[in-house]
Amino acid sequence: MGATLGSGSIRMRRLGRGAGALGGFVVVTALTFLGLLAITFFIGRVVPIDPVLAVVGDRASQAQYDTARAAMGLDRPLAVQFLSYVGEVLRGDLGHSITTNRPVADDLARVFPATLELATLGILIGVVLGVPMGVWAAARQGSWIDQAIRVFALLGYSIPAFWLGLVGLAIFYAGLGWVAGPGRVDIYYDGLVPVHTGLLLVDSAIAGNWTVFFNALDHLALPATILGFFSLAYIARMTRSFMLDQLGQEYITTARVKGVPEWRVIWVHAFKPIRVPLITVIGLSYAGLLEGSVMIETVFSWPGIGNYLTQALLNADMSAVLGATLVIGSVFILINKLSDVLYRVLDPRSRQ
Amino acid sequence: MSAPLLDIANLRVSFPTPNGRVDVVKGLSLTLGRERLGIVGESGSGKSMTGRAILRLIRPPGRQAADRMIFDGIDLQAQGERAMRRLRGARISMIMQDPKFSLNPVMTVGAQIAEALRVHERLPRRDLRARVTEMLEAVRIHDPERVARMYPHEVSGGMGQRVMIAMMLIPRPDLLIADEPTSALDVSVQAQVLDLIDELVRNNGMGLILISHDLGLVARYCDRILVMNAGEVVESCAASELQNASHPYTRGLIAAVPRMEETRDELPVLDRSEWSGT
Repeated sequence: MGATLGSGSIRMRRLGRGAGALGGFVVVTALTFLGLLAITFFIGRVVPIDPVLAVVGDRASQAQYDTARAAMGLDRPLAVQFLSYVGEVLRGDLGHSITTNRPVADDLARVFPATLELATLGILIGVVLGVPMGVWAAARQGSWIDQAIRVFALLGYSIPAFWLGLVGLAIFYAGLGWVAGPGRVDIYYDGLVPVHTGLLLVDSAIAGNWTVFFNALDHLALPATILGFFSLAYIARMTRSFMLDQLGQEYITTARVKGVPEWRVIWVHAFKPIRVPLITVIGLSYAGLLEGSVMIETVFSWPGIGNYLTQALLNADMSAVLGATLVIGSVFILINKLSDVLYRVLDPRSRQ
Repeated sequence: MSAPLLDIANLRVSFPTPNGRVDVVKGLSLTLGRERLGIVGESGSGKSMTGRAILRLIRPPGRQAADRMIFDGIDLQAQGERAMRRLRGARISMIMQDPKFSLNPVMTVGAQIAEALRVHERLPRRDLRARVTEMLEAVRIHDPERVARMYPHEVSGGMGQRVMIAMMLIPRPDLLIADEPTSALDVSVQAQVLDLIDELVRNNGMGLILISHDLGLVARYCDRILVMNAGEVVESCAASELQNASHPYTRGLIAAVPRMEETRDELPVLDRSEWSGT
């Protein structure tokens, strides 16, 4: 009886700590986001692009210029401007893009899912192949398998993305015809399924339109594999080094002394502790992919955020640049916070 | 006399170095019944490697070989990895040095103890839990059910080492190797842990190899003593005969032990020229 009571109180305490952690988590995330807004706002003020000039043109009179400036609210004190900026962002108003002549928020809602879809598929490939490869290489350290995996991963580090994209297209699309070409879908399927999430695979599945689904998958295959290869290279290398570190630990010997089978020594005793650092690595890789690989998006004419941001930068389209920066920053915050939560779940030592 | 529990002849363990292979154990021989044998020696004398070699746990690029290594009628050198795994833990077990490093940080204490039993015996969950609780009680842990749910970082060093003992004894092995089981612990709990090992070994009629650098400790808890130096056994005697040891290295070690009743300004330094032959 006493023991059951004791266990109940431990559980309650862990639960209480969980609730406290959640509250702290929300506050910290909100503060980080505010910091991000301050940075984008600040960037918007210091870049040598005059937003008023961009609107009125350089032949406007001083009076016209001043009127426009007042209309844009730029004559108010900085603190007031910042507050109204925060308010606008919270209302989902990110300004107007001078390139596309549409609200930036609408543009981002269109381009970000394209990148999200590609990046998610890419990171899945990277994790599903990269982690086992890293573990395998570490378990057979020094063998030819280890060498082969290391060379393969090194290639992922050293081959330029655009080259791989072009060569991939030349071979698998133009040459062999195994995959579809650039773009998200064949042009005659474009806009066929109603947009719910912006993710073509999801939207076409919702619509039950499997022709579009498989066409989109066909288009995703090559760029996602290439992105997957790059994250695989990084993930496999890091996994290998984390595993080697673990395999040298005393508790691995303890497990072997107990007569634990080798697969269990590797996948349970050594792998469990590395899940935490591995999550950081995967999270950062994913965030990197979500930033949009400009090279890959350019080569594959992928209407993603990398492409959008590049175009915006080249056209000095500040609202679009800041909006995209905000989205990318938010993704980083979100992924970091998510890995923090996973830490707590996976590492008993961090649940203090 | 019946066949010994462990019979080793001419055990050698070597590791590669940039200057060629170096033997860390050079032809060790020992026979052990269901008794308590102490192996003493300074750091690097090869005593820990001897313990690991008995379990055939010298990992490549290290190598081990012996003319004879027989445990309870089983030729250890002829066993495959699978057969060795069935022996490890179940029949020969080893207590590691520091519970801070030798317990897996992300598994609960209970899960690690249960695993030691589970890899050798298929038991229903309920029985497994009961055996773990019983074993934790045997190593004098109060409230075993609560401790079983704790993680290694939540227990003290002394308790961690008792968990280690529970883990290594739960499959009821015949031979226990204790590799410096108390050197990472506070002096105040060292004796408790050793008394516990001693009691469990005696009650279960097991053989014990106690590896330590502490001559006094080994003399107190063992029946026989091997003194190792630079990979070789330099002295083998009954614990009670230690005072009459003949080898200069052993004599040097004994002379270096401070005594309660004396006052010495300086402890004597080992004069290695007496036996190293150069």
